[in-house]
Amino acid sequence: MASFCLTKSRSFIIQTLKSNKTSTNRTSYIHNNVSSSPLPVSEHAYYSHKNVSIVFNHSFKSIYVSRRLHSTTSVDELPAEAPLQQVLDFPGGKVKFTPKLTFASGATKERVHCYRVLDDNGQMLTDSDSLGINKELAVKLYTNMLTLEVMDTIFYEAQRQGRISFYATTTGEEAINIASAAALNNNDFVFPQYREPGVLLWRGFSLQEFAHQLFGNKYDYGKGRQMPIHYGSKKLNYITVASTVATQIPHAVGAAYSLKMEKQDSCSITYFGDGGTSEGDFHGAMNFAAVMEVPVIFFCRNNGWAISTPVDQQFRSDGVAVKGKAYGVPSIRVDGNDALAIYNAVSEARKMAITEQTPVLIEALTYRAGHHTTSDDSTRYRPVEEIQRWRDDQNPVKRFRKWIESKGWWTDEAESQHYSSIRKQLAQAIQVAERIEKPPVADMFNDVYDVPPKNLTAQEALLRKTVKKHVQDFPSDVPL
Amino acid sequence: MLRIIKQKISSRGLSAPVIGGYTHRLSPVASTIRHFSSAIKEMLVRDALNSALDEEMAADSSVFIMGEEVGEYQGAYKITKGLLDKYGPERVVDTPITEAGFTGIGVGAAYHGLKPVIEFMTFNFSMQAMDHIINSAAKSNYMSAGQINVPIVFRGPNGAAAGVSSQHSQCYGAWFGTVPGLKVLVPYSSEDARGLLKAAIRDPDPVVFLENELLYGESFPVSAEVLDSSFCLPIGKAKIERKGKDITITAYSKMVGYALKAAEILEKDGINAEVINLRSIRPLDRATINASVRKTNRLVTVEEGFPQHGVGAEICATVVEDSFEYLDAPVERIAGADVPTPYAANLERFAFPQIEDIVRAAKRACYRSVSTAATA
Repeated sequence: MASFCLTKSRSFIIQTLKSNKTSTNRTSYIHNNVSSSPLPVSEHAYYSHKNVSIVFNHSFKSIYVSRRLHSTTSVDELPAEAPLQQVLDFPGGKVKFTPKLTFASGATKERVHCYRVLDDNGQMLTDSDSLGINKELAVKLYTNMLTLEVMDTIFYEAQRQGRISFYATTTGEEAINIASAAALNNNDFVFPQYREPGVLLWRGFSLQEFAHQLFGNKYDYGKGRQMPIHYGSKKLNYITVASTVATQIPHAVGAAYSLKMEKQDSCSITYFGDGGTSEGDFHGAMNFAAVMEVPVIFFCRNNGWAISTPVDQQFRSDGVAVKGKAYGVPSIRVDGNDALAIYNAVSEARKMAITEQTPVLIEALTYRAGHHTTSDDSTRYRPVEEIQRWRDDQNPVKRFRKWIESKGWWTDEAESQHYSSIRKQLAQAIQVAERIEKPPVADMFNDVYDVPPKNLTAQEALLRKTVKKHVQDFPSDVPL
Repeated sequence: MLRIIKQKISSRGLSAPVIGGYTHRLSPVASTIRHFSSAIKEMLVRDALNSALDEEMAADSSVFIMGEEVGEYQGAYKITKGLLDKYGPERVVDTPITEAGFTGIGVGAAYHGLKPVIEFMTFNFSMQAMDHIINSAAKSNYMSAGQINVPIVFRGPNGAAAGVSSQHSQCYGAWFGTVPGLKVLVPYSSEDARGLLKAAIRDPDPVVFLENELLYGESFPVSAEVLDSSFCLPIGKAKIERKGKDITITAYSKMVGYALKAAEILEKDGINAEVINLRSIRPLDRATINASVRKTNRLVTVEEGFPQHGVGAEICATVVEDSFEYLDAPVERIAGADVPTPYAANLERFAFPQIEDIVRAAKRACYRSVSTAATA
């Protein structure tokens, strides 16, 4: 289905069409460059060009008038007496011809520049434009990043000790987690992959609540149905983590469409890794979001590795940022270990997404300093020195700490105090969560449907009867 | 009118359980009404679906339609005709060609509270979106422990058309029927189409709505009650299209028509067949099927889909579990041939059940004098 936007020379086009003796079923004039008004305008344009078998099929309401689809040649650049053969009046805009046979190279001459605000030593770059953040926000950012770092360490160790079955750390991506969350409002919808618990943390999910999910006990909001790290919170507008890769990307676009239809002053954001961009869902979602003009932020955590697949085996483009151009989505590359840069970029992206009703793509370059999950040992496929280098030199937590200490907002004492407090809270949370009962049998059968169907209630009754009858065959600590 | 209907229900002895479980309004079950008054008019299944969509969209502004060619083209099979003009492109969304994309987007919109009706040009193409249907829609309410529900409907033509070959002819009733979290509906008549589609759109769970391309152009009588905008059929309740006492024949979608014709032929041979229109594959109305088999003692299941792991296999297991002692003959299932559908007209005819196949199977079940070899 071809949809297109006529640029300023509509009279030129109509003239051309008329001169070719077209017949039109319905003609109407399309408003060019209309800024999207909230009320739909009922208009259809249907041109049928008899001589050339191209059918222009087009339905517009004002929300769908694309202001961003410009032809490759602005008509103003053409000399007034330009012969018709210089341009092709093609769906999507005018295209200039060239007699030169050249292929555009698949590789880019220079990689897309990466936006950063703080240098490696946590010093503000003098010519960076930065949204000023105050002490309160800076300290909150830092303490959350530190909490996330410690949380990861403790929970990882708990898995190693056999207390939980599985865990995935966000080591090296603390800035992405916390700073992006800080730039959003609480009513922005979050569609995570699985390496973004920091967003929940920022929004107020407690360490105890994390622990309950990891242990799958009866206080787990997931009622013990999901593997560890598959957190979700309707209250905090954080969609439950799913194991399938990149499926959340079109979901975020759908939710953004819903926000757009309800004219909400919020956006949706979705996170995914470099590997996730290979999935078909990524491409369908990006393309669709651009066509539908919805307020969604696509946040790619390019951390260099998809389990054992390095990025040069994942794609051959200049990372992910360039893909925005392919789909008509504005994009930016950002230093993923620079909390301030991320905060600025996401704030600005959010503004753009909502006021202009457009998707935005952010690629944050970072490094997965930990293993993929507890089921992985990444030293088997990458050099230990590489991991160490990133942990030491590019650690986002350390870098931000240097900055807030240079501003006099943080001290060593505050650090050790916060650190030991979090460790204590985590140890406590684990102990508590470990002892709590598992979910009852009823939780196995509800929520499959809104109302349990007869066959399911029958199955549950049969199970209870069986357990009662053969008590010796079932563990005694299963709550019925 | 409603009182008359209620009386008719009790007089037909529809004591079969659970009418109520799945209705969202207390509108009466009109399913068995076939009184022929001057109020009866004929309605194409296509128009039944169109009117159901129209009425539900008018009643609830969060309902919207998404799919390929649903808007400007008026629908690949004209089911969404006129809806773009009436509701605008915000609510009738033409999509780029990406089943995975628009299904995922629909699911996301449903997560946030809209009620999408996703059209697949044919359910054969739904395979490109299978992950979103199963993993993102069906399982979400459970996996999120009730925090995310997905009030979405996936609809489109399913099963064989005519001369469209393997990649346009498969029946997906058995595939979707296995998944907990989904509801799977299979309308036959215009009344089914209207009532079940309305029920599906109003239902808070994800519903797979399997239509049939060849039924779109068929016309059925509909009563004034069916035409009312509040009309709704319960999900999970089969309909006894034809009462009988000698043998039970279960079918769904187009095969219901074949089964009814087979029943007329059998009547001439003195076999009084009861034809059950399943209407719902998941949840399967085990109660109605079993009640019928306990009455007739013989069962033949009919479906267009592939035989292995099919709907008939499930029905057979159901009856063996619940009514084994009542069976006087083995259950036989009539299904499509175990081959990807061929194109040539003669081969295509061999690949799907025909009325004569149903007749012969019923006779085998009744007399047991004919060999049960597959080619019989």
